[in-house]
Amino acid sequence: MVETVTHGARLRNVPGTIQSIERAAAALRLLASTGRPLALAELSAALDLPRPTAHGILRTLREVGFVDQDPTNALYTVGAGLGSLSTPGWDRHDLRSRSMNWADALAGGTGCAVFVGVPDGRVVSLVHHVFRPDGSPQRLRTNETVPMHATALGKCLLAFAPLVTPAARDLDLQRYTGRTATTPAALESQLVAARRRGCATGFAEYTQGVGGAAVPLRGAGGLAVGALGISAPVEHLFGAGGVVRARLVDQLTAAAGEISVTLGHS
Amino acid sequence: MSERVVAAIDQGTTSTRCLLFNRAGRMLAVAQREHRQHYPRPGRVEHDVEEIWRNVASIVPAALRRAGLGPENIAALGIANQRETTVIWNRHTGLPLARAITWQDTRTDGIVSRLTSEGHGELFSSVCGLAPATYFAGPRLRWLLDNVAGARAGAERGDVLFGTMETWLIWRLTGGPDGGVHVTDVTNASRTMMMDIRTREWSPTLLEALDVPERMLPRIRSNSEVYGTCTAVLPGVPVAGALGDQQAALVGQTCFAPGEAKCTYGTGAFLLMNTGTRIAESTHGLIPTMGYVLGDGEPVYALEGSIAMTGSLVQWFRDSLGLIETAPQIETLALTVPDNGGCYIVPAFSGLYAPRWHPDARGVMVGLTSYIDRGHLARAVLEATGWQTREVVDAMNADSGLPVTRLKVDGGMTANHLLMQFLADVLDVPVERPLGSEAVSLGAAYAAGLAVGHWSNLETLRANWHRAAAWEPAMDPALRRREHANWGRAVDRSYDWVLPS
Ligand SMILES: Nc1ncnc2c1ncn2[C@@H]1O[C@H](COP(=O)(O)OP(=O)(O)O)[C@@H](O)[C@H]1O
Ligand SMILES: [Mg+2]
Repeated sequence: MVETVTHGARLRNVPGTIQSIERAAAALRLLASTGRPLALAELSAALDLPRPTAHGILRTLREVGFVDQDPTNALYTVGAGLGSLSTPGWDRHDLRSRSMNWADALAGGTGCAVFVGVPDGRVVSLVHHVFRPDGSPQRLRTNETVPMHATALGKCLLAFAPLVTPAARDLDLQRYTGRTATTPAALESQLVAARRRGCATGFAEYTQGVGGAAVPLRGAGGLAVGALGISAPVEHLFGAGGVVRARLVDQLTAAAGEISVTLGHS
Repeated sequence: MSERVVAAIDQGTTSTRCLLFNRAGRMLAVAQREHRQHYPRPGRVEHDVEEIWRNVASIVPAALRRAGLGPENIAALGIANQRETTVIWNRHTGLPLARAITWQDTRTDGIVSRLTSEGHGELFSSVCGLAPATYFAGPRLRWLLDNVAGARAGAERGDVLFGTMETWLIWRLTGGPDGGVHVTDVTNASRTMMMDIRTREWSPTLLEALDVPERMLPRIRSNSEVYGTCTAVLPGVPVAGALGDQQAALVGQTCFAPGEAKCTYGTGAFLLMNTGTRIAESTHGLIPTMGYVLGDGEPVYALEGSIAMTGSLVQWFRDSLGLIETAPQIETLALTVPDNGGCYIVPAFSGLYAPRWHPDARGVMVGLTSYIDRGHLARAVLEATGWQTREVVDAMNADSGLPVTRLKVDGGMTANHLLMQFLADVLDVPVERPLGSEAVSLGAAYAAGLAVGHWSNLETLRANWHRAAAWEPAMDPALRRREHANWGRAVDRSYDWVLPS
């Protein structure tokens, strides 16, 4: 333990490096190596940092999930977020659980069906589905998959989660309707537009008459971990000139913001 | 923003949350906080009511902040709560005399068996509708009076007050030691073994049998009326609704017609069927209970099937066994295997509740072989909820003569789609989830909003109910029969584990 601390302390002030990241790394090493919860005073002493500085580092680490703090005694331990570093994204069922309340409110507010999708290889896997609240018969579609290039959910993931989705040119751009983008160039330009507006849309590209809009769900550090989408007949979603209705996009964005907070996005 | 909204506090077993609802019954904001579970000894489960009060005082403003609203935007506050959890406190200091004894706690088994052996069982059943059981609040109050220093003397002097959680919160919200209103609602009161289910007043006979001084009891009020005005947390806002959480969900799910039923899946699971203005009798292990009383309206009764452990088994799997990190991950784990591999878990941790009522049963895990891995255990955990529901539905069908043809569900566990599908499979009826799984909070909001005229009638509320998801039965009938029989054999093995002392 003492060794770790000197190691951490020695690391400081190496030219060309970022001091606060070094300090954070030292704090994590310390927490991981002692095997017991540590108090702020112990950490600041061991790291040779003023308490406010140490506190700032620990608070940030806690917010990104790398450190946990016991609410009853304020002691720090290594957080679950560190263990899941190598597994990108959220457990799909955690994602559904955290989305559920706001997905319901979104369906109620927009009159649309609501989906949460995550990338699964070359397709979108539907993690959650809320029926369109209009009393019409509908079938639960959780765990089904939909193509990336022909749906708002898929295009949202392509546009905002490029590291965990294939490149447009690697997708099989199958035609589902007359409106499906079937060339990488056409798809790319849609993704550019989605990035510009912060929202991906689909206008009857997978199913005749059905449209969608989707925005990213973000976790700690702003990483896109999934997409939240609404779906309805195109005339419900799109107004004059085929532009998606602002009232619906506002609600979609607000709900995604609320869910993202529960996923650790600040 | 000028829209008036209704606030609800759901004081649950694992957490307390505050939700704000607009007129369409749509959630506008939520804030939630878990509280600690204290397990001082096997069979004992306690909550610190001061911690819960502090949580209320932090989540309500947090929910308002999230919605960008202030107390002036709140038309009324409704409260729903974990039922049967019992607390006593000093009316002058506002301090509890002990931690609250929760509904899962079995320490009153001695008191309960004495009541029965002294021949009071029939009396309780006929007056309050409940056969003595460790589940209810009255014996807990008796235990506190007998075991907490100064409790009985203080109660007799009028210094010590009794309440279930809604009573505690309303008293704190309306001033505490400084003029706090000491009331309970008829649904919570109906779970104490102290209320006459016909007159809806405290029964002197039952109080005598339990040896509880009437002075310490709150006044019994309807579920929907202005009890008082908040002086803390939401200053100026009327507290206008209170119901036990399960009755709140009955209202939130708009089960206003006889025969309509819902099942709420949280720590435990509770199936309630509206039986109208008639007190149903049960010959199959269900509890006749109050449904709701809205202001001066006629009392509506319900038949209830209470299952002690559903979500709490998942929590045990997470916290005590450490096999998953979060409750929802049990679905991920369960999906690593195609079936239960022959393994069954009967979660009789506090005995078996409805419809079997075996206080001496304890949990068992059977069918273990070298083949079984953690995925099979995860399946067995979820399936236990399915089969326990099946037993309650069978009892409900037998008692009411109105077969359940579809089941409306709500609560935290409805996020688990594997479980919901299994439920539809073993019940062989469609399972439906409404938009807004927080039916408990919604019901509390409805009760409060009705009292202040925010909503005009039940039909408007009914129109707010929308189907958010449905699961259709898809299990092969022969498989269902086989698995059902296996479950029954597993339950047999849980019986009579606790030896008479
Ligand atoms: N996805 C899930 N799968 C299984 N169980 C769950 C899931 N999500 C929550 N739970 C369980 O549901 C319970 C929480 O639900 P909630 O309705 O908040 O309960 P309560 O009101 O009794 O506190 C916990 O016991 C938890 O283990
Ligand atoms: Mg609850």
